[in-house]
Amino acid sequence: MAIIEREIEVMAPMVATPTSTYGVLKRPVAATGWRAWVFTVDHKKLGLMYGVTAMFFFIVGGVEALLIRLQLAAPNGKVLNADLYNQMFTMHATTMVFLFVMPMAAGFANYFIPLQIGARDVAFPRMNALGFWMFLFGGIFINLSWFIGGAADGGWFMYAPNSGPVFSPTHGIDFWAFGLQITGIASLTGAINLIVTVLNMRAPGMTLMKMPIFTWMMTVVQFLLLFAVPVITVALFLLSFQRNFGARFFDVAAGADPLLWQHLFWIFGHPEVYILVLPSFGIVSEVLPVFSRKPLFGYPFVVFSGAAIGFVGWGVWAHHMFASGLGPVSVAVFSLTTMAIAVPTGVKIINWILTMWGGKLVFSTAMKFSIGLIVLFTVGGLSGVTHSVAPSDTQQTDTYYIVAHFHYVLFGGGVLGIFSGLYYWWPKMFGKMLNERLGNWNFWLMVIGMNLTFGPMHILGLQGQPRRMYQFTEARSGEGLFNFAFWNLVASIGSFVLAVGILLFLINVVITARNPTKSPLDPWNSRSLEWMTSNPPKEHNFDVIPTVHHLDEFFHRKYEEDPATHTMRQIATAEEIMAEQERNADAHIHMPSPSYWPIVLAFGLPVITFGMIFSHLIAVFGAVIVFFAAFGWALEPSTAPASDFETNNSAPSTELDTVGKS
Amino acid sequence: MTDTTAHGHTSSAGISNVKLGMWAFLGSECLLFGGLISTYMLYRGRVTGGPRPSQIFDIPFTSVSSFVLLMSSLTMVLAVSAAHKGEDRKTNLWLTVTALLGATFVGGQVYEFTAFYNEGLGFSTSLFGSSFYTLTGFHGVHVTVGIIMLMSLVGIFKRSEVPGKKAEVVEMIGLYWHFVDIVWIIIFTLVYLIPV
Repeated sequence: MAIIEREIEVMAPMVATPTSTYGVLKRPVAATGWRAWVFTVDHKKLGLMYGVTAMFFFIVGGVEALLIRLQLAAPNGKVLNADLYNQMFTMHATTMVFLFVMPMAAGFANYFIPLQIGARDVAFPRMNALGFWMFLFGGIFINLSWFIGGAADGGWFMYAPNSGPVFSPTHGIDFWAFGLQITGIASLTGAINLIVTVLNMRAPGMTLMKMPIFTWMMTVVQFLLLFAVPVITVALFLLSFQRNFGARFFDVAAGADPLLWQHLFWIFGHPEVYILVLPSFGIVSEVLPVFSRKPLFGYPFVVFSGAAIGFVGWGVWAHHMFASGLGPVSVAVFSLTTMAIAVPTGVKIINWILTMWGGKLVFSTAMKFSIGLIVLFTVGGLSGVTHSVAPSDTQQTDTYYIVAHFHYVLFGGGVLGIFSGLYYWWPKMFGKMLNERLGNWNFWLMVIGMNLTFGPMHILGLQGQPRRMYQFTEARSGEGLFNFAFWNLVASIGSFVLAVGILLFLINVVITARNPTKSPLDPWNSRSLEWMTSNPPKEHNFDVIPTVHHLDEFFHRKYEEDPATHTMRQIATAEEIMAEQERNADAHIHMPSPSYWPIVLAFGLPVITFGMIFSHLIAVFGAVIVFFAAFGWALEPSTAPASDFETNNSAPSTELDTVGKS
Repeated sequence: MTDTTAHGHTSSAGISNVKLGMWAFLGSECLLFGGLISTYMLYRGRVTGGPRPSQIFDIPFTSVSSFVLLMSSLTMVLAVSAAHKGEDRKTNLWLTVTALLGATFVGGQVYEFTAFYNEGLGFSTSLFGSSFYTLTGFHGVHVTVGIIMLMSLVGIFKRSEVPGKKAEVVEMIGLYWHFVDIVWIIIFTLVYLIPV
């Protein structure tokens, strides 16, 4: 697996087997079957694993959302009781934020950042695998609580002191806090890994301002994660110490300040919303130029506005707390910073529109989702500006107006961007194109469903329906145009339209998988480096590491400006560029070898946290697993040395025989 | 960990992957300790029961153990320097001394925690107790992890099976060690020296 010998015409990689033992176990070597996935350190496989797992949690979170909407479809809903309803909305938010959007973005980043910067893998391939397994085990750990006494029920921001043992006596919040701790470490390792990858491993000639825009936005996200995750780590530790070890942090009787949690949570939580939406901004900034047949308008402005969002995103957290009595100075300052952050966001929207302006628009499904994002995110952005006005926000706090706002930005922004990316990059990842007709239905049902679901929530919220209300009565639902029952029913119907739209996507995936038609090498006439390799990419990504001369390098290898007419004319096809690369392919490409240790180490963590809740003996056992896995890891080189391989190919050479005996 | 040449790449930022990764991690750690220190500063005067900070802190004792920890940064520098010169025996020696100094500090902390506990400051006694033990405990765990890494390095070097460049690894662990020391200077000043 790890050494790929290339001959001029034969493309099959030869499987190499490490012969000596490092640490405790021999290295895994399977190139096919489940072992090839479980022990892989390949960024593309891990990217797909992130994507599939995130999709699974998307369905889980979606079912939770549908149950919430069923409960609220009519007055006196009987689907869920109050307790279960609390768990449902808490876990819906937790699942969608931490187990769907974040890992989906991590999947895209894993898959495409190395391809976009012309690298063969990430900087720390095993740490990459560790990140995925920690995310998976953390996600499973959080959801285990459903089966062990009930899930967390304090809302996704888990305000103190409501999250204390007095008000939430089940273990739900313990599972929640420890599980998020594990997924937090996963995000942290991912952030370190991708930052080093982007800073250190770009192809020759690719300066920062020649980097594809998606990579740029993901880099900003990784910096946000790097600095935001430790803050929630502290908050979660304080909460766990209080619930499990008797600390007093949020014990008001001991003089604790409940606002401590709110500050820590939102110092993490506000950068977090940009962590959720910037990946989609990156995707859209890739998709719009390709389907407008124009370069991205104002690339440096899109880059710097992304970075500006990353900076200003740190100075707005208290706008989540206007109703908590911060005092007029704090409220005024955070109002102003919140209005200010609308500026770089607006810059992006203007740039996207001007990218399309005068372009030869191709309305593919990916393009439709991108345009959908521009429109619906702008709606959510505008209601966001109304929150920055503190007096108005005080009216809106904890009403459905807030629910409407953040679903427009996170669903209309984040999720539509993700679907745009899925349709755009599907041929790159799987070598087949998703069905465009079904994609059209998928898009329209999702857009109509989302507006039916979240649009009425503006009205409900301004009418005063509090969020997290588990029932409303006929008598109090009002009359005429502002009837609670009517708009709640509309929202519930909308949520099922939305669900059908997403179901169509899953059907599309199955149909595409069964369809034998392969996609062309460069189906969309794309611009960036990830398209300069086969579909799906080879294990080593590029036969030759490209030397970069332009932003949109791939485009400039295909097209050249005609000096007479100042129009672009084609000078090469993607197939020709690919063939050229294969002719000059590097002979010996050493790829990082698979490893057992990431999954073993990651498995130790939930064992520790499980033990923290139930029995410290189990925690010790988990710590032993982590300790030995760390040692096995440290003693094993990332890329097995050349002397450590014997090729299974044809006749084994005598030279390798002696290596085996010695 | 991997070295930059593994994928046929030169380093764009002029610093190896492991070191850049460690710098990024330490950046993140700043926010971790920032959160813990803020929590302590908010709660240090809030004593509803049990002793107040000024009643239990033994500043001369903690000053001595702080000095020991700071000296370990010096020996760490000597270890890095020896590793760069390729002097294996000296590297191992200074790494061991660094670990011993670190262990002395952790030993002092264990003694101090025991003494405070006996004087009536438990983890659950007051907000001051909870936030004091959490902050200094987190720092102590960081030092302990550092000691484990140092001793593992010594052990691995003796078997001479360390993957990657030796000096690079020593330097990376050194970055971590110095960071933990610097954090202690801040904690010592804010927790012990500035009166409530």
